[in-house]
Amino acid sequence: MELRARSFRQRAAESLANPHLRKALSNLRSRMVVGRVASVGELDNFEDIREAARQVRDNALEHLDFLLEEFERNASARGARVHWAETSEDMNRIVLEIARAAGVRKAIKSKSMLGEESGLNKYLQAGGVEVRETDLGEYIIEQSGDTPSHIIAPAIHRTKDEVADLFEQRHGRARKTDISELTREAREMLRPHFLTADMGITGANFLVAETGTTMIVTNEGNGRMSTTMPRVHVAIAGIEKVLPTLEDVSFILRLLTRSATAQSISNYLSFTTGPKQAGDTDGPEEFHIVIVDSGRTRVLGSELREALRCIRCGACMNHCPVYQNVGGHPYGWVYPGPIGSVLTPAYAGVENALDLPHAATMCNQCGVVCPVKIPLPDLMRKLRERQFERDLRPWSERTGLKLWAWAATRPAVYAALTRIAARVGRAMGGRDGAIRSLPGGAGAWTAQRDMPAPAGRTFRELYAARKRG
Amino acid sequence: MNPGEPVMSARDNILARIRTALGRNEPLDAQQSADMRTKLRMHPRGPQPDMSWDLLERFRERCTILSTTVDEAVNLGEVPAAVARYLSERQLPVAGACWPEFGALPWSPAGLGIEARAVTGDDRLGITGTFCAVAETGTLMLLSGPDTHPATSLLPETHIAIVPVSRLVRSMEDGWDLLRREKERLPRQVAFVSGPSRTADIELTLVLGIHGPTRVHVVLVGD
Repeated sequence: MELRARSFRQRAAESLANPHLRKALSNLRSRMVVGRVASVGELDNFEDIREAARQVRDNALEHLDFLLEEFERNASARGARVHWAETSEDMNRIVLEIARAAGVRKAIKSKSMLGEESGLNKYLQAGGVEVRETDLGEYIIEQSGDTPSHIIAPAIHRTKDEVADLFEQRHGRARKTDISELTREAREMLRPHFLTADMGITGANFLVAETGTTMIVTNEGNGRMSTTMPRVHVAIAGIEKVLPTLEDVSFILRLLTRSATAQSISNYLSFTTGPKQAGDTDGPEEFHIVIVDSGRTRVLGSELREALRCIRCGACMNHCPVYQNVGGHPYGWVYPGPIGSVLTPAYAGVENALDLPHAATMCNQCGVVCPVKIPLPDLMRKLRERQFERDLRPWSERTGLKLWAWAATRPAVYAALTRIAARVGRAMGGRDGAIRSLPGGAGAWTAQRDMPAPAGRTFRELYAARKRG
Repeated sequence: MNPGEPVMSARDNILARIRTALGRNEPLDAQQSADMRTKLRMHPRGPQPDMSWDLLERFRERCTILSTTVDEAVNLGEVPAAVARYLSERQLPVAGACWPEFGALPWSPAGLGIEARAVTGDDRLGITGTFCAVAETGTLMLLSGPDTHPATSLLPETHIAIVPVSRLVRSMEDGWDLLRREKERLPRQVAFVSGPSRTADIELTLVLGIHGPTRVHVVLVGD
């Protein structure tokens, strides 16, 4: 996907002014946030499971080379073809080569974030392969020429009426307004594609080293279709997706589905090992797995390694006060919300996503709900530090911080300056103690709210007075 | 693509970068690898939640939460009558396909046209068994195979699963253990199915029946 993370500020402002978007996002809190609490409450030992999941993910990353080789060996032994891609461009090329070698004309696709990273659909279409997204949200995105704004609910920014208009225009049928009728219509439009596609493309929620298995989690059944109906199946997966055993996947799933959609389990968990076997009536003749680096090894060796634990549940964005208000598009790439504010600069370069680590209130809601305990605010803080060190922040901010550091490391100067500021601030506050407008760069803060004026004396003065008194 | 050419070098480059990133520059040695493999084969379980509930009661309760309907039959011979009852109450089509193992059940006397064959895209009813069922979540554990066609539980609008009570297990982990005890190896696909297919992709509003079945009905057999 094209990187547009440089324009976060501008697009966030546009989002805030968009009434359709505000309406669409209003469901997020009631459905996702409230629902998660009840769902997590079903487990008496949620925190134990969470800590164990963190350890298992860390341990898998620590032994990533071993687990990937083990996975490759076991998958190959079952007749899967394992490919390796260093970049997302390489991955696109490999998938197209597989399609061409197998004479594929049409592919059906189950949602893959890695496919979004690489722009796989566009690439295949340019190469002469018809691609159809089959997840309802992704289908809406595809049909409207849009980009996803949430990793679990890609079309969350669209209202029912917008979908109704879109379907009427694209399907040429009478306009439906009921959500279940719209869903029914999508089922009818997509069913023929499942039955006629030559190739199914899926991502992988996890790879299982011990058995050479790829697994995906879906609710709609499109994942099962894509891995069962076409004669070729290609699974694409980042290197960080590997876990040691089926047991590891099983216990982490208790966290994943609850954190993602407040479900105790998703409808379909498909564990695929090798292609069709002797006597099978269903299943692909060819099964390819493409293991992709695309920046992940760089993150592995960096101070952001913990971000690779991510299991793509979306809880961090659901709970983020910034995401809840601006939605996913301002983040400008595949991953929005707090995890996007870390992964986008990690994969695309700190200099290409300057605003993202600052698109946070540091409230740590994301860190609290993350099922694998990624310390997202800490990672954003580290990215801020790198920006400062590399002189990527504006001159005014850098100078301001330097001045503050100079004063703050000199107690006498600091005390004198704060005394002045406390008195000036009090005077500015006037009778009602509210500052209407701050000078200079601080003016942006008071543009939409008042600043409570200080009481006139600093903490140090009060403390000294109390000691005397 | 020729295996062994540029693709192999991508593999080597990625593995080398991983090792560098992990600060050891070398693969695990023979002893470390052997230890890791031993650990994998022991299948250690993560922390398990409280499972002190009654197996059958829990399974029924979770099915209901998932919008799976549940009925009972005393034995396999009674299943067609139970299926006919379910279909007629909802005025659903009475013809479809079932897994071969159920081909000999008395479907016709119950007024049903059920054939033991693979489903086509036109079938509106699919009848399957299950390898086992997971009580914790109300889930069917289906294995692909020559006589257990996955499409039967996927393409038709109505999926009916025949579940012997003796095949209820507590957790997904118990399901894996059972699979390892009874089968030589993993089938091509293990599908854990939990209720009718669903989506909430429009305004986060839940709708049942998108690409997979709109209805899942379980007939519990025996006690």
